[in-house]
Amino acid sequence: MIGPVERGGAAMKVLYFAWLRSRVGAGAEDVTPPAGVTTVGGLLDWLATRGPGHAAALANRDVVRVAVNQEYVGPDHPVAAGDEVALFPPVTGG
Amino acid sequence: MIRVQREDFDVGAELARLAEGDHAVGGVACFVGLVRDMAGAAPIGAMTLEHYPGMTEKKLAEIEAEANRRWDLAASLIVHRYGRLEPGERIVLVATASAHRDAALDACRFLIDWLKTQAPFWKLEETRDGARWVAARDSDDAAAERWTAE
Repeated sequence: MIGPVERGGAAMKVLYFAWLRSRVGAGAEDVTPPAGVTTVGGLLDWLATRGPGHAAALANRDVVRVAVNQEYVGPDHPVAAGDEVALFPPVTGG
Repeated sequence: MIRVQREDFDVGAELARLAEGDHAVGGVACFVGLVRDMAGAAPIGAMTLEHYPGMTEKKLAEIEAEANRRWDLAASLIVHRYGRLEPGERIVLVATASAHRDAALDACRFLIDWLKTQAPFWKLEETRDGARWVAARDSDDAAAERWTAE
């Protein structure tokens, strides 16, 4: 055995930027959501259950933008093993 | 060309280089974004620009390619800084070179409008009441939207 195993799912990397990073308390984490998590929306629902910081960061989905493998996507976009999923607020550069 | 960097840039040198040796260029347009000392009514000591390395360069390259599809440009350049910047410091340079002014000016405006809504940068302002993340503006979305309505 190599520690607690989250069974059945696909391993992916989640990145957090700006105030999402502050609230979650980490800029990146490797996660293995349950097998039933197949879309961005499902992943966010599951991530929000990981702790109070995650719940606070994801409380208002209207201000959370999502990129999968560095492309903007909506909640119905699929997520799969090996994906890089980034969560961040609306951008304010320039 | 795209550059994402911590260091400052020399606007004169960048503009000179953009059209250097290409005598078909009739005009160079540019926009330089600076750090303001006020956020509404609150004075700002500094701001820190965070970005998403990799996606930033990818989105900037896509935006630049789109400008080159829409307008006949001889050259284009986007330089965007990250890290901690104080009021008066340069944040971003957008420059375009073309045979005629319309293409250069319009493409320059397009690039900065699209960059502000697409490129993954976030500003953290330092105020007397502490640090706070800048919220996106509806007016920036409206400015970018203008270019899709055409």
